[in-house]
Amino acid sequence: MNATYMRFELLRTFRNGRFFIFSFAFPLILFFVIAGPNKGETDFEGTGISAPLYYMIGLAAFGAMMATISSGARIAGERSVGWNRQLRITPLHAGSYLGAKVLTAYVMATLSILLMYAAGTILGVRLAAADWLAMTGLILVGLIPFAALGVLIGHLLTVDSIGPVMGGVASLLALLGGTWFPVTSGFMYDLARCLPSYWLVQASHVSIGGGGWGAQGWAVIAAWSVVLSLLAARAYRRDTKRV
Amino acid sequence: MVNDTATRTGVELRGLVKTFRSADGPVRAVRGIDVTIAAGQTVALLGPNGAGKSTTIDMLLGLAEPDAGSVSVFGMAPTAAIDAGAVGAMLQTGALVRDLTVRELVTMMASLYPAPMAVEEVLELAGIEQIAAQRTNKLSGGQTQRVRAAVALVSDPGLLVLDEPTVAMDVEGRHAFWTTMRAFAARGKTIVFATHYLDEADAYADRAVLMARGRVVADGPTTEIKAMVGARTIRATLPDVPLSALGRLPGVVNADRHGDAVILACSDSDAAVRALLDEHAEARDLEISGAGLEQAFLQLTGGEDDDEHDPRGDSAAAAEETLR
Repeated sequence: MNATYMRFELLRTFRNGRFFIFSFAFPLILFFVIAGPNKGETDFEGTGISAPLYYMIGLAAFGAMMATISSGARIAGERSVGWNRQLRITPLHAGSYLGAKVLTAYVMATLSILLMYAAGTILGVRLAAADWLAMTGLILVGLIPFAALGVLIGHLLTVDSIGPVMGGVASLLALLGGTWFPVTSGFMYDLARCLPSYWLVQASHVSIGGGGWGAQGWAVIAAWSVVLSLLAARAYRRDTKRV
Repeated sequence: MVNDTATRTGVELRGLVKTFRSADGPVRAVRGIDVTIAAGQTVALLGPNGAGKSTTIDMLLGLAEPDAGSVSVFGMAPTAAIDAGAVGAMLQTGALVRDLTVRELVTMMASLYPAPMAVEEVLELAGIEQIAAQRTNKLSGGQTQRVRAAVALVSDPGLLVLDEPTVAMDVEGRHAFWTTMRAFAARGKTIVFATHYLDEADAYADRAVLMARGRVVADGPTTEIKAMVGARTIRATLPDVPLSALGRLPGVVNADRHGDAVILACSDSDAAVRALLDEHAEARDLEISGAGLEQAFLQLTGGEDDDEHDPRGDSAAAAEETLR
């Protein structure tokens, strides 16, 4: 990994104001608006966890998901000005290029998660250190499919179409994943359990002694990670043309 | 990095063919190109839009895979030459990534290469020291092109490839740009640039390779090429005179009529205009213009597309430009 290249990739992302609003400010505002009034609720919708904890995790998942997927918007933007082609005529290898994109996405996702934890603490969320760590670890693993999804759509879509697609896909995944309310039965439940966003939100169960994901959770995350990574690599390889 | 035997040949293009699929059927953008460029030469790829210049350059840079034929850069495959940092390029379409200053961008790009120039040296060579602290998204079109030139130069490449680099520049900007490129060429570097400006090829290249419809139609020193395509056209309002009479005038190669107007393609426009006014004093609204590359190429290639599978000519040209 080229440290100088990585540093400027991060710097560029930090200087992008729109990105901050969507990945950091937007989830925080939603959290205070939704969880604030239900601050005292200790058994939210029968889940056994408090409303602030539920929404903290839900919105941390949502914010982190947006932060990782939005690497796609940056990639599409770079492609639209021909930067992708410019990089291909340098010795920068595909692995380093994609590695920098994924690492940047993860740095932004981690920041977004930490900000949401701070907000949760303000509304009274208290967890053991081990629970914070286990939960964070699961979220970071659960983001792998979304990092791949970001690269995939960044190399497939144009800068004009990627905004709506990203917003739509992320909102739908967040809804079905249980960011806004628990999905506990019926077809929605069966569908949700096949989605990586559901397991992102399920990371919160760690805090009430749940055993993390279980076999199905790991299998779903692994399957989405592999499939989306292969598709992303394919999209990147084919994307050499003038846009 | 490049040994002595390899330095003699800079670029070798052999039998290059590239066909794109489009909604209207295949577009044969490049139909068999052979060009050998010695190291240290500055060569213009000259041709109208759709001649296949950009496609040829994409293949030279390994951005497009030829359907047939081969590319060698300093004796290496394009990707190997790129990995060695031996190639710098300014592509035709392209802007800069935003949210970095000019100096940061050049520093970032320098970090990708094994033996780059010092950042300050590149900034000076490209004439952008004054704007080094500005954000890349706050630059004018001409400034952007100069920063793109710096990005192309930063690896200190043996081969510099420029695809219509001066299109967005004003006269002053062009002058400054070519001053930079001349200074770079003087270091013994090989430069290949695509242009549709005859004057640019004439002023800055040692040699011009004329391309039309995916083929090389002429290849030689720029002075020869200029004489070959420097033909002029006379246009005049002159009703009721038979074209055959006009075609016989000295210096006239071809006569054509559009309503009341006649258009005379000339090999010697001075002689032709004198004869025209002597014999047809009623001729009005005279205009003499350079034929333009497009027309010159049509004359050179006989105006015929010699491929029955693809009789669309200009639409192929347009498609090549817009193909993704």
